[in-house]
Amino acid sequence: MQEDNKKENKNDRRDFLKKGLLGGSVLAAGAIGLNRVFAGEKVKVVSPDGKVYEASADNLKEFHPKPVTNDEARKGIAGKKFVMVIDESKCDGCKKCTEACQAMHFTESDREWMKVFTMKDSDATAPYFFPKPCFHCDNPPCTKVCPVNATFKRQDGIVLIDNERCIGCRMCMAACPYSTRFFNWSHPDPKQTAAIGDAPYSPESSYPRRMGTVEKCDFCPDMLRQGKMPACVSSCPMDAIYFGDQNEDAVTNASGVTVKLGQLLEDNAGYRHMEELGTEPRVYYLPPKNRKYPIPDVKNAEKGKKSKKMPGMDNGAMQM
Amino acid sequence: MTNDNFDLKKEIAILEEDCLRPTRTFGRSTQIWVGALLVVIGWGLYCFIHQLSHGLGVTAMRDYVSWGLYISTFVFFIGISHSGTLVSAILRITKQEWRRPITRSAELLTFVSLCFGGIQPIIDLGRPDRIANLVIFGRLQSPLIWDIISICTYFAGSTVFLFLPMIPDMALCRDRLTVVDSRFKRFKKWLYTFMAIGWTGTKSQWHRLEKTMNIMTIVIIPVAVSVHTVVSYIFAMTLRPGWDSTVFGPYFVAGALYSGSACVILGMAAFRKLYHLEKYITPRHFDLIGRVVLALTLIYAYLNLNEYWIPAYKMATAEGHLLSDLFYGSYSKVFWTCQFGTVLLPILIMSFPKGRKIGPLVVTCIIIAAGAWVKRYLIVVPTLLHPFMPIQEVPAAWSSYFPNYVEFSVTAACLAGIFLVITLFSKIFPMMAVWEVAEGIELDHDKKVAIEIREERVITDETELARIATLKNGQVTPTASLNETL
Repeated sequence: MQEDNKKENKNDRRDFLKKGLLGGSVLAAGAIGLNRVFAGEKVKVVSPDGKVYEASADNLKEFHPKPVTNDEARKGIAGKKFVMVIDESKCDGCKKCTEACQAMHFTESDREWMKVFTMKDSDATAPYFFPKPCFHCDNPPCTKVCPVNATFKRQDGIVLIDNERCIGCRMCMAACPYSTRFFNWSHPDPKQTAAIGDAPYSPESSYPRRMGTVEKCDFCPDMLRQGKMPACVSSCPMDAIYFGDQNEDAVTNASGVTVKLGQLLEDNAGYRHMEELGTEPRVYYLPPKNRKYPIPDVKNAEKGKKSKKMPGMDNGAMQM
Repeated sequence: MTNDNFDLKKEIAILEEDCLRPTRTFGRSTQIWVGALLVVIGWGLYCFIHQLSHGLGVTAMRDYVSWGLYISTFVFFIGISHSGTLVSAILRITKQEWRRPITRSAELLTFVSLCFGGIQPIIDLGRPDRIANLVIFGRLQSPLIWDIISICTYFAGSTVFLFLPMIPDMALCRDRLTVVDSRFKRFKKWLYTFMAIGWTGTKSQWHRLEKTMNIMTIVIIPVAVSVHTVVSYIFAMTLRPGWDSTVFGPYFVAGALYSGSACVILGMAAFRKLYHLEKYITPRHFDLIGRVVLALTLIYAYLNLNEYWIPAYKMATAEGHLLSDLFYGSYSKVFWTCQFGTVLLPILIMSFPKGRKIGPLVVTCIIIAAGAWVKRYLIVVPTLLHPFMPIQEVPAAWSSYFPNYVEFSVTAACLAGIFLVITLFSKIFPMMAVWEVAEGIELDHDKKVAIEIREERVITDETELARIATLKNGQVTPTASLNETL
């Protein structure tokens, strides 16, 4: 195993040098955190052999570290139980989480793995924003029905999809009560394919995507392996999303504030969405009490609404 | 033997000739019909290849309605496949003598609709190239694997069930192959000889055939019930409003029998007319099977009531949204047309003897078949349009669904495929089980039970009589009145 890694590193370096010399572009290690780099900016990057380069951010390309093996990706990270907490009282519906997620996973433009719903439970109750990733349920309806074990539950609580095995029957999409799963109906967008480049596939990165397979929010396990937060968490300007390890009873938000999970849920009456379905989500919500933003415009919710069906709030409202 | 107007040998000879005649011709109209079917199939195939190369995105399906016409058709076709079991097995086991002339076409319908129903989910796959994964990585916990196991078992069973009673007929075809069969004669000779698997009609062969048929009759019924039960499970095992129903298994089985038996009538009527079998498939047969369809439609109506009235009384939130869309929303017209037009109206028509005359019955059965197909669509699609989470932040078109030309073309090709296989089959093999009908005539004569009364009945040939007498003379009880059985 150790030797394999060495060999791979060597290859990576050779690749790096070749590309660096030929293309005149500089590959930045993923560690730099491209999410924080803006176009036109000059950045310093360190090559694997220790030399420092200064390069325009435009020339930077995401460097893809060799992903873990498929077996490893199916097992998950030992000793962890990942959990997310979303504070509805802080979310102002800016959708930065959605954008960061789309950038991180090179998703197609019509696809929001992290979708911000505008909810209104009933006529008399106040509307609120409801960012919804995959819930990574502990009793996942989706993995149960998969005929080929292409979607699976890992020991760290994450539910992933292996798009090299998926046969595209869409049974999991029918089974998921939260409409969390997306299907690659057509060939991937060439622009996104170009951006992904020759990155090797891993269920942990969920790209390159393949036509005829299912995909969804993956809790960014490739970032977690590097000890970093999922894209949606670290990009939230309102610090509304916490992420952490249930075993450690600690969750952290974008500002780096770490709190006790149990305490957070207890103090704020944390709940899980549609608990009555028994899916045991790994995503908790804090109710929108004492909101830090103006009341959401419910008209947002009408965007994807059916034109001639269902009068009133029926489609805009959460159907509980 | 007391009736000296009855010539059994002559009767049997006429029967054999009537059954074999269509296999000797391939007339102009048949050629045009087959050609038209091939055009539809060719176009469907082209659309399917288009779908393969560009992905399922060429269909109207999107992330919310991720199953559409293909899966609805899958459920419908598999439902039709219950026809063969119903007519052959259930009527055989209850010793309904009138089943004899219609078993072959019913069993064929089962076989063909299973073939084309079974490929629907494969057409619907995003990655049909990875179909081997189902074997390599198959998980027994998945309802889809239950479907595959159950449908494959049923397919194998119904193939045997179709083939077994064909063996004596194949021997007959082999022996009666005449100069008239000049076209493909060598092929036919080989085929009939191969399929007759050495049948000579000895006593032990008849005995074994009968024994195997008895076993198959008993085995095939639970298998058939399991098939549509697990087909319903791919829906009922989810949490979605509209699918999350404990009545779905029996509901689907009842729906399958209701549509399947109606299609048997359509097949009966078609072959009766086209192959001039009026003498064997009589108005009485239509009256009797009309009663069967009536009974099955009543059961189906009862299950419909359970499926919709119970949640409608409570109107729980998510289920309520779906039901209001069905009852008085965008699907209300189709929904009520289905319920009143294709369930209650047929019940009304078939309740009257006049409604079970051939003409009205055929029209009713066309309505039932079409209605059952649309109902499958109403089970699959509206539920997907009413998920728990609201449909937001997606292109507006995703929150509605109507199949596009690709789906219609591929589905039409599958339907044409069903017609094509049935047509070709009927041009090679007799569409009535000759020996079964002969046995019926013999029993009819012996027991004086009315299957069909013929004008001239004179027995002349003793050996022929003896041959038929060996069939299973005396083991079959006189035809029970259908009213009693129902």
